[in-house]
Amino acid sequence: MTVGESAMHRVSMGVRPIRTRLAVTLVAYGALALVTCLLAPLVGSTTISLSRAFDRSIPFANNVDAQIFFVARLPRVMAGALVGAAFASAGVVLQALLRNPLATPFTLGVSAGAALGAILSITFGAALTLGPLLPVPLASFAGAFCSAAIVYAIATRPGRPISTSVLLLAGVTLNSFFSALILFVQYMGEFAETYRGLRWLMGDLDVGGFGPILSALPLIVIAFVIFALLSSSLNVLSVGTDTAASRGVNVARTQRLAFVSAALATGAAVSLAGPIGFVGIVVPHLVRLMTGVDHRIVLPAAALFGAAFLVACDLVARTVLTPVEIPVGVVTAMLGGPFFLWLLIRKS
Amino acid sequence: MAADPKKLILVAILAATVGGLTVSGAPVPTPTSAARQAPAIDTAPVTRIISLVPALTEMLFEIGAGPQVVAVSSYDEFPPAVDALPRVGALLDPDVERILAMRPDLVITYGSQSALEIQLARVGIRTFGYRHSGVAGVLQALRDLGVATGHAAEGEQKAREIQAQLDAVRTKVQPFARPRTLLVFSRLPQSLQQMYVSGGIGFLADLIDIAGGANVFAAVSRESVQPSHELLLARAPEAIVEIHATGMMATEGVLRERSVWTPLASIPAVRSGRIHFLDGSYLVVPGPRVGQAAEALARALHPEAFE
Repeated sequence: MTVGESAMHRVSMGVRPIRTRLAVTLVAYGALALVTCLLAPLVGSTTISLSRAFDRSIPFANNVDAQIFFVARLPRVMAGALVGAAFASAGVVLQALLRNPLATPFTLGVSAGAALGAILSITFGAALTLGPLLPVPLASFAGAFCSAAIVYAIATRPGRPISTSVLLLAGVTLNSFFSALILFVQYMGEFAETYRGLRWLMGDLDVGGFGPILSALPLIVIAFVIFALLSSSLNVLSVGTDTAASRGVNVARTQRLAFVSAALATGAAVSLAGPIGFVGIVVPHLVRLMTGVDHRIVLPAAALFGAAFLVACDLVARTVLTPVEIPVGVVTAMLGGPFFLWLLIRKS
Repeated sequence: MAADPKKLILVAILAATVGGLTVSGAPVPTPTSAARQAPAIDTAPVTRIISLVPALTEMLFEIGAGPQVVAVSSYDEFPPAVDALPRVGALLDPDVERILAMRPDLVITYGSQSALEIQLARVGIRTFGYRHSGVAGVLQALRDLGVATGHAAEGEQKAREIQAQLDAVRTKVQPFARPRTLLVFSRLPQSLQQMYVSGGIGFLADLIDIAGGANVFAAVSRESVQPSHELLLARAPEAIVEIHATGMMATEGVLRERSVWTPLASIPAVRSGRIHFLDGSYLVVPGPRVGQAAEALARALHPEAFE
């Protein structure tokens, strides 16, 4: 059967061609993400008047409603959407790379490296900046980069496919090692710095401006582009490396690109908002339940759903117990933990 | 259909874990907790005092008990005499062996260090537990410490002096309108994230009140609040005071930190430039220098009262 005949065969069997399914998915999930991102800035702990917020006659510096909308809420929603999309799609890619449904963006040690960088900066008060980049996000990204580089160096051999078990072990080892270093640094620090470090680990989307988002955006966009190029190879890779090789996929290159792009997305997202957990595991599974396992559909769907999911979690985090805000990582964990358990029980 | 054994085991483990956590969370009755309900201050003479609480170390030196202090905590900085003294740890890591080796007859602990108090009680060493509270708590601790160390008269005298200092500040700022005040005691450098400000209770809240400010978070019955950007904009303080414990920030550091507030231009304090940076350990230690702290805060909020 030729490709054309098999496509016709699939259509006659009731399976729509990939282009249609992709279009439908993008429209549906895109609408969800868009609606969430448009509604979220309208809700918050303070009641604001939208007409006043958009009233151009009042100078911006005097317009409290406009400042709340444009300086406090809108960047927060944008950051949530970007970080949610990054974690969710990185989760999908890593689950395919490691052929393990329990893989998360944090499995391979990138977030532990980012956390160590951030906590070193918080504890020892390094004031180094690079242009518009702030000390803590910069140190955090440097940590993520070092961690990813170490794992990459340990797990790869030139020209040969990566052994997923070595990759996993390297990631897990680095996670433990960096976690121990984090505990040590926190212990050596002053009380206030230790608490601030702990607070950073719970995640914070309240960036207060578009600067930090614009710093992380190029890196995440590059990662997304690589994800898009890899999606059909990931379908075959997630079955097995031998199958993939026999189908003509360049396994070594696909694996390396998958790791590098997932690490890039995760590192940038963690530097922006801290290690917000459970988005990278809950969203891929939920999306696969709804759309099937074709990565060409799952990847964009997961990104869009992840954006909507994290924005919604942050909305809950900032409105449920005002004036006290729950860290967003706590909300995602409280939703994700029981979901995870349900998933395990369901599978067993 | 028979129940799936794996599911049963999983549920059993969950139940056991939840049960275990509940049981372990129940308060364990300690021998000293009853005694702390109605503290009867032992007035037997003391000659060797170890202090784990910097605020109380300062008090000891103020009331003349300085020569009796043989060791202090890792975080003590004031008065300069403590530099020569050995260190024995602090709230989270008291070095019990070192404490015992120094043969103290009174150890000043944090009220939450119940395990340490039990250990010392077993060896027959007196402890003086301190829980921080507002400014009134500081003065009361000063009096109690005076009684416990055989300097009751000096303790009473010092407490009266500090009260007079505070009353003087209150009177000076009395005629002036109270600005809506935000007191920031911690945040990430060059960012408004992870900001900790004074809530409605505690010694910082009391200081704001004495210094003639109207705390924007007076209604929140917590000692600290972590406001988001939205909350800061909504509360719109008219005066912002940032306090730092450690040494003088260089001018360009202050300018850079001041500029971090610029995006929130609708806040009256930002528009009028009423953002003050104060530093010094006397601002964050609830000890005998609260009078100084109150005056420094009052000078920032009401410079017109001190001309």
